[in-house]
Order: sequence, then C-alpha cells, then structure tokens
Amino acid sequence: MANIKVDCVGETCPVPLVETRKALRKAEEGDIVEVIGTHPASKKEIPMAVKSLGLELIDTQEEGGVWRIRIRR
Amino acid sequence: MENKDTQVEGEGTMANKATIVVHSGDMDKLYSALIIANGALAMGMEVSLYFTFWGLQRLRRGALEKGPLSKMNMLGLGKWMVKRKMKKVGVVSLERLMQDFKELGGKVLACDMTMEIMGIKKEDLRDDLISEYCAVGTYVNEAKESTITLFI
Repeated sequence: MANIKVDCVGETCPVPLVETRKALRKAEEGDIVEVIGTHPASKKEIPMAVKSLGLELIDTQEEGGVWRIRIRR
Repeated sequence: MENKDTQVEGEGTMANKATIVVHSGDMDKLYSALIIANGALAMGMEVSLYFTFWGLQRLRRGALEKGPLSKMNMLGLGKWMVKRKMKKVGVVSLERLMQDFKELGGKVLACDMTMEIMGIKKEDLRDDLISEYCAVGTYVNEAKESTITLFI
C-alpha cells in the first residue's frame, strides 16, 4: 500500500479538488492519498467529494492555515 | 469503506451526470463552465460539455484564451485587469482546466451545425480536445439522464 502525497499549497479553486481526484484515480485500492493545501473552501469540499466517491476519509488536520487531508482509496 | 447511500465511483447512474452547453465564448463564462465541469468530475460525476455558437469559436486552434470579458471588457483593458488579478490569486489557465477536464474523463462535444454556419472545418478545431462532433439529439439524449444541466 502506497502513501501518495498531493501538494496544493497556494493553489485555488478548482485545483485542490481536481488534483485530489487525479491522485485517487491513479491510486490502488487501499492506498492512502494525503493532500495538503491552503485554499479554505477545499478543506470542506474535498471531504464532500470523498463522501460522494464512497471512499474513506481518514482525518483532517489544520495548522497555521495549512490543512492536511488523508483519504483511503 | 462502502457507503450504500453514496455513488460508487464510475457508476453511470442518473444522479451522476452533468451536461453543460457552452454557448458563450466569453472568457469569464468559459471559466465558469470549466470550473463547474471539473468540480463535478472531481466529485465522481460524468460530465459532457457541448460547445456551440460563440463557445465553439474557443475550440479553434489558438483561440481558447482569446475570449473577451462578458462585462466591462473595455476593448480588452477590463480583461487585462481581471487576468492580472487572476494570476495574482493563482487561478490556472483555461488550457490547464481543459487538460484536467480531459484527464478526468470529461467529454467535449462540438456542434456540427455551428461549424456549417460559421464555415469552421474540422482541421480548424482542436481535435486533441474534441471527443465527438454531434447535433442536438446527442445533447438531449445525455441531458435527459443528467441531474445537472446548465446553459452557459
């Protein structure tokens, strides 16, 4: 099982969402995709996408304006 | 984790499709269409973009970024100011949005009647982006199975 990192720091709508989706498409079942970013709305919206894709949101953290979201494919 | 209430990835169900008519060739409207389209793809929907009239002009080679602003274009000055601001905020180009759209499996359809009216030939258009050349029947057929349909 791989741990795939997606860096979206400084990116704005819709890039964090799109890059998350790209990574999830490439990931194998069981892989963990970790997205970091600074766009505030994406912190809420990536978990929405994870839900509608029927995948597992492991956790969401934020420190100093940078959030980190972990998803299991 | 499987959640029975949510869509399974890649499933082409009715609740999982968006069709957008891109009638306008204005830069800001193209941004709206592509951002919504990419957002829908990212959330697991299927998406088709139907380029017609002024929208289809933007699929001519080298024309994607050439549209004016829909309001306050002021002979290009308004567009220049908006583009400068967009760059500062970090908004990506229409070309990048289009490449992402294709990579996530989005479909680009070109209206063949517009091509006839405006004298556009296939070789004038970005065949690297276009998935299909079609007419209204294809649009209606896809739109009736969609939960999101927009005319931009």
